[in-house]
Amino acid sequence: MVKVVLSSGSASQQFTGGETEFEVEATTFRRLVLELEQRYPGLGKQVEESMAIAIDGEIFQDAYAAELQAGSEVVLIPKIGGG
Amino acid sequence: MNYIDSSLKVVGSRPVRPDGVDKVTGRAVFAADTRTAGMLWGKILRSPHAHARIVSIDTSKAEALKGVFAVVTAADFPDIPSEEAFVGEGPVNFRDLALNVMARQKVLYEGHALAAVAASTQEIADQALALIDVKYEVLPHVIDVEEAMADGAPILHDDMITTGVNPPPTKASNIAKVVTFKKGDAEAAFAEADVIVEGHYTTQPVHQAYIEPHACLATYAPDGQIQIHSSSQGHFMVRAYTAKLLGLNLSDIRVNPAEIGGGFGGKTLVYLEPVAVALSRKSGRTVKMQMTREEVFRGSGPTSGAAMDVKIGAKKDGTIVAAKQVLKYQAGAFAGSPIGPGCMCGFAMYDLPNVDVVGYDVVSNRPKVAAYRAPGAPITSFAVESAMDELALKLGMDPLTLREKNAAKNGTKTHYGPTHQNIGFTAVLDAVRAHPHWKTPLKEGQGRGLAAGFWFNIGGESSAQVHVNEDGSVTAATGSPDIGGSRASIGMMVAEVLGVPADAVRTIVADTASIGFTHLTGGSRVTFATGMAATQAAEKVVEDLKRRAAQTWEIPVDAVEWKDGKAYPAGSNAGAFEPLDLAALALKSPRTGGPIAAEVSVNAQGAGAGFGAHICDVTVDKETGQVTIERYTAIQDVGKAIHPSYVEGQIQGGAAQGIGWALNEEYVYNDRGQMENPGFLDYRVPVASDVPMIEAVLVEVPNPRHPFGARGVGEVPIVPPMAAIANAIRSATGLRMPDLPMSPPKVRAAFDARG
Repeated sequence: MVKVVLSSGSASQQFTGGETEFEVEATTFRRLVLELEQRYPGLGKQVEESMAIAIDGEIFQDAYAAELQAGSEVVLIPKIGGG
Repeated sequence: MNYIDSSLKVVGSRPVRPDGVDKVTGRAVFAADTRTAGMLWGKILRSPHAHARIVSIDTSKAEALKGVFAVVTAADFPDIPSEEAFVGEGPVNFRDLALNVMARQKVLYEGHALAAVAASTQEIADQALALIDVKYEVLPHVIDVEEAMADGAPILHDDMITTGVNPPPTKASNIAKVVTFKKGDAEAAFAEADVIVEGHYTTQPVHQAYIEPHACLATYAPDGQIQIHSSSQGHFMVRAYTAKLLGLNLSDIRVNPAEIGGGFGGKTLVYLEPVAVALSRKSGRTVKMQMTREEVFRGSGPTSGAAMDVKIGAKKDGTIVAAKQVLKYQAGAFAGSPIGPGCMCGFAMYDLPNVDVVGYDVVSNRPKVAAYRAPGAPITSFAVESAMDELALKLGMDPLTLREKNAAKNGTKTHYGPTHQNIGFTAVLDAVRAHPHWKTPLKEGQGRGLAAGFWFNIGGESSAQVHVNEDGSVTAATGSPDIGGSRASIGMMVAEVLGVPADAVRTIVADTASIGFTHLTGGSRVTFATGMAATQAAEKVVEDLKRRAAQTWEIPVDAVEWKDGKAYPAGSNAGAFEPLDLAALALKSPRTGGPIAAEVSVNAQGAGAGFGAHICDVTVDKETGQVTIERYTAIQDVGKAIHPSYVEGQIQGGAAQGIGWALNEEYVYNDRGQMENPGFLDYRVPVASDVPMIEAVLVEVPNPRHPFGARGVGEVPIVPPMAAIANAIRSATGLRMPDLPMSPPKVRAAFDARG
């Protein structure tokens, strides 16, 4: 199980009914997206299209294969661009 | 492979700039330099009103004018539905992008495009624009961000319902989105603080002010094949947006990247290219378009202006216990300010137990904002770093000591979630403390300011090719437009891996049909991500060269080693053979498998975050309010400087732009919502005489996720200057300047108000 934390406030919480922390069974970013979509319809799509994730502190963007270890903390944050 | 602890011969040196000769001799081909026989000139009709409904557009007289070959309006573009995507440098709604390129029912800012013509000369095109008859219903407008949020403000979009609020509102407003970040319990922690500072700060929208205006040349051929030459930070972005806005296939569009005369984030969107293609499709001729400087100001994106409240509470020993921010970012006419990064960056430099940040993304009747170096971060940091200075004063503490005491370190959990890893902020602060500038006593009348800055940096998708030519010379190609020296850094990394001198590798930027997809140049990502792809491509070439040497010598490939640009037998047991260099192996390449080349595409992760700190000394003329920068030192963790001169140049450029943002740059609007200073005479960017020699100090804390340890460097240096200068003015005069720009009239007024 990995711990998922919604960092960016209400924009994502609209899909979770206000929950900000929960556990998900997933070993990759891709699996996480699918699990999130199944549990909270709309959240997986939102994560895939407009969010980055921080896995144990490190930010990943658009990386299906990024590995999740048992006990990992995954924080969902807005995707980051630049100038 | 990781080279961080290797003895490096090319990386870290300062070879002559590969683009230098072309640029100083004027031979570099920018988009405005491109032309073809028989081409037409395209020009855009822009709204004179800040907010108006388009009642009708009659183009018949313009179409009838001799020499006019095409006129287009929104009717010539697909009316595409709302669709959010993350293609460029931030979330983009394609409908908004389309409506920004060509207004459909309303014009939302002065300068908003609503028609375009293609004519045989620029003069005829201008005449044709004057013949287009537009009937407007002028609507009330709003420019200021807080006025746009107020009840009763003119509403730009009838369907804009604020997101991020529970329960969702039922009425339309100009607030597109509310973003919140919370860590701990800030309200409770403020009750425990011994000292609290609070302040209200404002910044103005500022333009990226690239020297080269937007320009392009587009051809829509009879078979539907499209060629575009344009100046942008991402030719794949130009292809994607043009295809989307015109309903075309990506494979039918080939975009050739021209040399770019500055971007700084402002060329991460399209303005002209879809229009030029539409005009070319309608006229059957090649169409050239280029903005005037006035159009650049009126019609292309600056970065946000903002109104911000900051509150910080600390114990007497300087330990910060709580921090709070409310940020209101102006997005321009369509949603999408950098409010997210703004909320994340302000407090990211500090190890804070309790944080509460709320951000608002607000539309108003101004050009839609575009990215600008570290989008959102300089704005929020002006407020936070000014407040940190106030906190140090109130505590009676040295501002450097306050920052050292609260600095983020490896393992610090940020208020937005991620945990800092492999960061160099404390190394930067150590460098500040050790630097002679920090220790040098101030002269009479001078003040000194310190401010810090943070930017995430990003990786992402990049492609790179390495070719060993028939004579053994090397060409590296990438899909990354070079806006800050990436041809040099990419070539140097390839040279290092191949074991050849830097000048043995020529690096080019390949067009969209000649290399794999590459995300645009932004987020300080190219030397990191494209550099990773190029390094891996060079490594594949080395493996191939070793295989070819082994085949030539009839020995196992693991008995071959590659050193200093040559294949050697690995020890005496491998046999006695003369080494084979690139030229020798290239000469025999037909016999050993054909051309020697490799292409690698990556989606790079692990971009190391960047931190910097700037020290600024100023004097302030009490009679005129003029602020003079006397000395400026910019210190930054750059991971590993691949070409230190370019890195120093990035830091100096960022600081110089920050000086302009701090002291002079602002849009001046009249009461009709029209910009009154759309040119460099009245919109004052710093000139050489405004800026002292900026000393760039490179701190190198390697990023272990990059083969050479590189971090992005181009964005951090624009984050600290505004607060560093404000803090220096406070030090020199005792005046806290909470509103940008700190221009002579405002400084003079602050003196007058103090009496």
